[in-house]
Amino acid sequence: MEYGLDKRSNALKIFNTTFIIVWLLVACFPFIWTFWGSFKVRADFFSRADWWYAITAFNTLLETGGKFTTDAYSQAWTEGEFWKASRNTVIVTFFVVTISLFLGTLGAYALSRSTRNYAFWILIAALIFRAMPHITLVSGYLFPFFQLQIWGILPTTIVVLVAINQPFTLWLLYSFFKTVPKELDESALIDGCSYFQAFRHIIMPVMWPGVITAGLFSLMLAYNDFTVTALLLNQENHTMVPKIQSYLGTNQHEGNLMWAVSAVVSATAPLFMLVMFFQRQVISGLTAGAVKG
Amino acid sequence: MPNKTFFWFFLPTGLAMILFIGLPIISTGIQSFYAQHDQVVKEVKKCDPFGCTVSIVVDQEKTSKIREEKPLGKFNGFGTYVDRNHLAIKEIGKFWDETNSFGEFVDQVTNLPFYKALIFTLTYCLFVTPNVLLLGFIIALSLNAVTRRIRGPLIFGTILPMIVTPLVGSLVLFWMIDAEGIIGANLQMLMDDPYLSLKSSKTLTWITIIIYGIWHHSPFAFVVFYAALQTVPQEPVEAAIIDGASRWQRVRHIVLPHIYPVVTFVALISLMDNFRVFEPIIGFSAEGSAQSLSWLIYDNLVNEEVILFGSAAATSMMTIVGIAILLAPVLIRTWKEFRTAR
Repeated sequence: MEYGLDKRSNALKIFNTTFIIVWLLVACFPFIWTFWGSFKVRADFFSRADWWYAITAFNTLLETGGKFTTDAYSQAWTEGEFWKASRNTVIVTFFVVTISLFLGTLGAYALSRSTRNYAFWILIAALIFRAMPHITLVSGYLFPFFQLQIWGILPTTIVVLVAINQPFTLWLLYSFFKTVPKELDESALIDGCSYFQAFRHIIMPVMWPGVITAGLFSLMLAYNDFTVTALLLNQENHTMVPKIQSYLGTNQHEGNLMWAVSAVVSATAPLFMLVMFFQRQVISGLTAGAVKG
Repeated sequence: MPNKTFFWFFLPTGLAMILFIGLPIISTGIQSFYAQHDQVVKEVKKCDPFGCTVSIVVDQEKTSKIREEKPLGKFNGFGTYVDRNHLAIKEIGKFWDETNSFGEFVDQVTNLPFYKALIFTLTYCLFVTPNVLLLGFIIALSLNAVTRRIRGPLIFGTILPMIVTPLVGSLVLFWMIDAEGIIGANLQMLMDDPYLSLKSSKTLTWITIIIYGIWHHSPFAFVVFYAALQTVPQEPVEAAIIDGASRWQRVRHIVLPHIYPVVTFVALISLMDNFRVFEPIIGFSAEGSAQSLSWLIYDNLVNEEVILFGSAAATSMMTIVGIAILLAPVLIRTWKEFRTAR
């Protein structure tokens, strides 16, 4: 909204700038602070005496001889077995994204090209499914999974996360497929392609932006999930987020709280990098459903 | 697209949703009518030189046998729904008879676990949702007035709270707000109260979680509003400027009506998400003073001795009913539109 006619008063400009600076501080400072604190010892970052220690690194100097220490990281990754958790996260995330996209593109394409009533009702059902709190679904899974003895392993969690993720992926990809003109696949059909061939060779090549957006959101869901992974995986198979929570549970151990801090930083950093690279796609994904109303 | 082709295209995703979203809801429904078995007890007679005593102990063998035979538990009908930990019909009746004033009655009822959680969940939704809409809109408006060149990094900074998982987000804030963190310690100094801490007061805990909720969800509202602002047509805005409309009048009469559908969308989504508030309670270790419906279910499912499937399922079913009530206006509106469109 940069109007040639629009003259902003200086007061308004100053107010606007101040507001943005304050907001950015509120939004980003907690992360910067945690990142900074993760290189200190517990007595500094959670100081009973004086919070200023977190900056001057009083205890860190005493305990380790340097102003910064990576002890928390090395301990959490080795002793705390965070390497295992991050490996599990990578496995879960990879499979959830791939399977979600495979199922989602097929389903959403069909929905976007169908003119029947049931397509509308399926979308409404997906909306209702999207609204279900994940914990209510988990309370439905636990008992049958125990009985079938498939509780605690990664494949079960992957399938569950894919399913939970489907409603959102369907809506997102549906709105993307709607923007691809129908004439494109219709002309392919006339030329003798089957629907699947048209989908595979004509539509998918122009759908990459949508697929990347949907993939990013599946990735964030799988990567960030706590409810499903904490309750459906056994201790051995825990992914990063439940692992962080388990560090909190054993608070009596001196080092553990700092493990949690360093684990939080380790888990958040790759996500931030990813969003920095794909910022445009994230935003277009969030608004894809919205702008249509 | 012919029905048959549609079927094959949709089969994989449909199957996944039916198996892992549809069936679990049914499974939850069935489980809610069962309760875990009581422990089988037996009398053991112990005799020593001073006489005989009869003590009652748990018969482990029989208990585990009955649990194995009927793992679902014993049929309980609506028993779980009305027990003390859920709707607590009996207790409410008792309170009604016993208490003298209405205030006292409300006090008693809101101390029951289910109602306590329900009130927290609703309070959270009620305060977070409107504030998210407002803050998101203000951020979108003011970022929209910034030079285009530096907007990218600003948007990145703005959406950070949204992309981290709620557990991590609340932990990061908690570590600062806690008595030993930077904000908590400074607040203690500012208020001159060395015992001021998040855990010390229920109100303070609620306020913190609500502030966290606004912090976490506003970026989502911002992103959607920001995108919608890009589609506001320029001509009416310019005409309004020529006619001498003030900035506020322009926002009120041109921008807001244009993005109105988006506002309802954001309100709906954030209401749905806020209703399932759960992770921040764990992140802030606020279980003592703030419990939500989702947290109640979680608590039943991680129970140490025996997982309370029935109890968790009953709370789940009532949460689903709550979601249905929230969604009803939207669904009815969509259905009406659909009917008139035909």
